[in-house]
Amino acid sequence: MAKVLLIAEHDGSSLNPSTAKCVACATKIDGAEIDVAVLAESAAEIAAAAATMDSVNRVLSVENAANGNAPASVLAPQIVSMAEGYDYIFGPSSTFGKDLMPRVAALLGVNQVSDIMSVEGSHTFKRPVYAGNAIVTVEAPAGQPVVATVRIASYQAVGSGNSAPVEAKDIAVDIPDHTRVVELQSGQSDRPDLQTAARVVAGGRALGSTEGFDLVHQLADKLGAGVGASRAAVDAGYVANDTQIGQTGKIIAPELYIAIGISGAIQHVTGIKDAGTIVAINKDEEAPIFEVADIGIVGDLFNIVPELTDALS
Amino acid sequence: MDKILVGLKRVVDYNVRVRVKSDGSGVETDGVKMSINPFDEIALEEALQIKERGEASEVIVVSVGTGDAQQQLRTGLAMGADRAILVEIDGDIDPLTCARALLEVTKRENVDLVLLGKQAIDDDNSQTAQMMAALWDRPQATFASTLKTDGNTMRVTREVDAGLEIVDVDLPAVISVDLRLNEPRYVKLPDIMKAKKKPLDLVPLADLSLPDSPAIADTVFEPPAAREKGIIVDDVAGLVGALNDKGLL
Repeated sequence: MAKVLLIAEHDGSSLNPSTAKCVACATKIDGAEIDVAVLAESAAEIAAAAATMDSVNRVLSVENAANGNAPASVLAPQIVSMAEGYDYIFGPSSTFGKDLMPRVAALLGVNQVSDIMSVEGSHTFKRPVYAGNAIVTVEAPAGQPVVATVRIASYQAVGSGNSAPVEAKDIAVDIPDHTRVVELQSGQSDRPDLQTAARVVAGGRALGSTEGFDLVHQLADKLGAGVGASRAAVDAGYVANDTQIGQTGKIIAPELYIAIGISGAIQHVTGIKDAGTIVAINKDEEAPIFEVADIGIVGDLFNIVPELTDALS
Repeated sequence: MDKILVGLKRVVDYNVRVRVKSDGSGVETDGVKMSINPFDEIALEEALQIKERGEASEVIVVSVGTGDAQQQLRTGLAMGADRAILVEIDGDIDPLTCARALLEVTKRENVDLVLLGKQAIDDDNSQTAQMMAALWDRPQATFASTLKTDGNTMRVTREVDAGLEIVDVDLPAVISVDLRLNEPRYVKLPDIMKAKKKPLDLVPLADLSLPDSPAIADTVFEPPAAREKGIIVDDVAGLVGALNDKGLL
């Protein structure tokens, strides 16, 4: 048996879909028995949602006032105190998990496996390096827990037909107050979340301005799609930082991805490689985006995109 | 605050198209341009700006790497760091040992603020800052896009998936920086000459007496799976048709 402790990601009221993708990864470990830990200020709803995830053995609910909007320094010691007896401690490779899991690993005195894209054996995993230009097979040391983050774009969420038991856990550890979350300025819109959307429309610097970027928004609205951007478009100030896709932004895996005026630097492409179908609209037929596109159209985006938006009416 | 420590990692330059060696033992690094990890360069720029505002007195750049990393430390000195320390290793280093080494230097030097890049663009691990803060039992603020000093506290804006998170951290603290914090300055020739006279100390890793931490071992490298070649359509009607054929509309 391989005991897995999986740290649930949530926003204080609902479970983030990244969690069900982590579970999918954990099921690839032979003999996995998966416990999901929900650390929250009030955990009932989130824990109930976690309990429906297929393949989950039980849900551990850890309620503490300090766990509302908690920084990693608050969560990590609680996770470490639960870690005894677990062979694996997994979290998502979102900004939540990237921030938290190395802190857990260091407190346990072990190195971390970042961004698991496939499980090859009990201690053998594949992960991307060099912005996805290389895939490396890694071997985690035996005889110590494997702390890891899961590249969520590599996995499909498990189903939700389960009713795993929920157990309340009391944890008495010192919680530091040297780090205080002041507020979250959410860039949230009515549009689907970039990381879970089935369709994503993204724009690059060729849109030329914030007004130009409206073309992306209009097409996205027509498709019910999430909106993304290249680093160049974000740096130019056309859209918010949290729309950036790529090595240093978000890694996404929608069914349909439409890249508008994005040249396709390797740092961007690594963020979209797992998309089902990639469509590229670009006036430069030599643009590297066409090397990964399933459907390409060469021409002026300022003509093509409005025409496409109209055609979808 | 008194001292700021900035970590600099020597990595394959951002613009190099990395290729996997045919025997799968790693990636091609022979004759390839090496540079300071771009995120670390942003960390250094921020440290220099803090010092130039009169909020810190000294900026120390530290690398944990092979002897070659002296080049990147010299570049850091040319940008304006006051002195450099190379913790010398043979070959590769794991993030936990790197964090322990940086922390040991931090303690010996009585550093108040540690600024690191949010990830290195070679292994893309994004671990060292968080590990260092954990071992130090001090605050971490990862993925920082703005920093403001307020006495013994720093207010940090973090780029997170849901937007921007504002956190206050008490010093000393470890902060990992994101792309949009600043634009690093260019190094001028006279500064390169001046940098040659600045102190650069070499410390063998063994002198730090760190505990052993088994690394996550890289076994085989392979190129990523290629996507199948796509089609080019002539017009919007063709595009809509192709999307319909795939059942995507």
